[in-house]
Amino acid sequence: MSLQTDKRDFSERTTDGLGDSFMRNAVGSAQDSLKTRRLSAATALGDWEQWRTAGQQIRQHTLQNLDYYLEQLAGNIEKKGGHIYFAATKEEASSYIRDVIVQKQAKKIVKSKSMVTEEIELNHVLIEAGCELIETDLGEYILQMDDWDPPSHIVAPALHKDRRQIQRVFTEKLDYTDDESPEKLARFARKVLRQKFLEAEVGITGCNFAVANLGAINLVTNEGNGDLTAAIPKTHIAVMGMERIVPTLAEMEVLDNLLCRSAVGQKLTSYITVMGPSAAGDTDGPEEFHLVVVDNGRSDILGSEFNEALQCIRCGACLNVCPVYRHIGGHAYGSIYPGPIGAVITPLLGGYDDYKELPFASSLCAACTDVCPVRIPLHEQLILHRQNIVKENRTGSMERFQMKAAGRLLSSPALFGKTLRFAHPASRLMSRHGRIVRGPELIHGWIGARDLSQPVKQQDSFRAWLDKRKGESGQ
Amino acid sequence: MKVSIFSTCLVDLMTPKVGIAMVEVLERLGCEIDYPASQVCCGQPTYNSGYLEDSKLAMKNMILAFERSDYVVAPSGSCIAMFHEYPKIFKGDPDWELKAITLKEKSYEFTQFIVKVLGITDVGASLEGNATYHRSCHMTRLLGEKETPFQLLEHVKGLHMEPLKNSDNCCGFGGTFSVKMPDISEQMVDEKSSCIIDTGADILISADMGCLLNIGGRLSRKGESVKIMHIAEVLNHQNPVITKGGSQS
Ligand code: SF4
Repeated sequence: MSLQTDKRDFSERTTDGLGDSFMRNAVGSAQDSLKTRRLSAATALGDWEQWRTAGQQIRQHTLQNLDYYLEQLAGNIEKKGGHIYFAATKEEASSYIRDVIVQKQAKKIVKSKSMVTEEIELNHVLIEAGCELIETDLGEYILQMDDWDPPSHIVAPALHKDRRQIQRVFTEKLDYTDDESPEKLARFARKVLRQKFLEAEVGITGCNFAVANLGAINLVTNEGNGDLTAAIPKTHIAVMGMERIVPTLAEMEVLDNLLCRSAVGQKLTSYITVMGPSAAGDTDGPEEFHLVVVDNGRSDILGSEFNEALQCIRCGACLNVCPVYRHIGGHAYGSIYPGPIGAVITPLLGGYDDYKELPFASSLCAACTDVCPVRIPLHEQLILHRQNIVKENRTGSMERFQMKAAGRLLSSPALFGKTLRFAHPASRLMSRHGRIVRGPELIHGWIGARDLSQPVKQQDSFRAWLDKRKGESGQ
Repeated sequence: MKVSIFSTCLVDLMTPKVGIAMVEVLERLGCEIDYPASQVCCGQPTYNSGYLEDSKLAMKNMILAFERSDYVVAPSGSCIAMFHEYPKIFKGDPDWELKAITLKEKSYEFTQFIVKVLGITDVGASLEGNATYHRSCHMTRLLGEKETPFQLLEHVKGLHMEPLKNSDNCCGFGGTFSVKMPDISEQMVDEKSSCIIDTGADILISADMGCLLNIGGRLSRKGESVKIMHIAEVLNHQNPVITKGGSQS
């Protein structure tokens, strides 16, 4: 998978999403329960707003001093005998990982969930190189078994599937014979995966945060597959986005608190691990450790007007409250990063050519901004994108004409006065029984689904009422 | 106390009765009403569409229109939230930044003004009926005003409020969003309408006409008889009879 998951037009993808009642039910009920859980986990922490501010400050401080912390991280990893590689592009990142694996003549790879490995198209590269690669996160495993169905959520990649669909995938692809109970499905997958862990030569994980002063990485998971992936195979390769770093364990603790509560409404997830190169005398853990730090466009965002987007800790809370995501689902975004944060970062990483619709797929209700644990002003970032897209003349000429006209009308008392005078008579031709039934294309969508009354007659307008009153009171 | 009314372009064009109700309530509460005639629109439709320069024209017109006002009050959390964005938009502009801050500081949404400036929670209104309330996203999240409508509605005699499920979810209006992405917007307003119907309420109240035209238009298209009322109309209401079957807007 690459950043782009679907090359069709945004409108085609949305139509698919809106027409998929299975997916919409699954997403709707997941949102409803995640929202309640998040809220109670957040309130339980005391002053959540203060925690958010702390999270925001930690992220901003780290971004401001990113080179310092990355250097510190690299030094500490190397001191402990680990390898660190800075990849400027996604190609550099995935080739480095492929080369490490090819050199070892390793064939069997296990992976835990990591969005950045999707971004660098790692699976594709490794499979081409002849590796047998298995995703070990249950959600990712289901998607892999379903012929690499793309993820639709950054925390719960198979959120769009219900248990019957999962049963169907397992039955068709893995000769599963039992019913659709989640416990049975999970037990079945666990049995298959256990064997894969034991056979694997290389384990690849993501990294929630790298801890600079320790030369270590922090994994936050619920299934334990991340730890097995990192600990059992002889070689562990961790991949991180360049910005996912904390100075020390103290900041990690704050961010893990925000992350777990925002993502799944838990105080802490089942497994929170800090790991890295094994120290001399360690009796377990991998013999070799690599950390791949991926830039792939991030340093262009750093210090730009979109800098705040790099604060993201990938908790998925903004997806869980987004009313647009609720109805169109993750696949409609056409990116491995869907939802509000996806609509902000996908155009930054993938360009406006493919993604200029995403920033407009929002009612700007700001539910995302309100929920973000590190206070990214997501809806404002969407407006910034819109401004850029307008500046680059990427909106249609019809829309530009209309908006320029609106700009003039809405700033001119005289023109607006005329509009108040003529709106009613002009709308008469388009109306029946006081309701607008026809009109310019602009309002077709509106009147297709909603009744719209005619504008008022000038003599009945608010301004006319005020004037009349003034006249009566003799002012 | 002299209060300048910002009627908003939707009220001007579509629902004058909301402006009238607002004036009547404020006068009853002892305010002197002023209406700067050069006002038009807060600029939100073009601003939210990404047309920054075009919207600045509208914004400057509003800054000038209300330059002499002591207080600016509008029957819309959304338009006032837009005023509150002006300082950010004109940041660093030597001619306009200070003026933008001044406008922000004297601008209030209607219920916010009554509760926070006038210090009143009982305006003496009465309305017999079962109602539910739609929180507009811009009023609750951008303006940050969650409580004042409920504080006022609580004192309306005869009015019973039903809680609304998923009240935090947007109704799908979003200004130009509803015309630019009509398919998505339709699903959002449809779900919102269903939640409203499920409350069994006869009246839907909100403090933003944009949401009300959107939801009301959908309810009416579905043949539902829920009556739409702006909160100014509720607070101006004195006769106690409202029954199911009243028409939309
Ligand atoms: S933008 Fe904020 S809410 Fe969304 S995933 Fe990132 S950290 Fe979480």
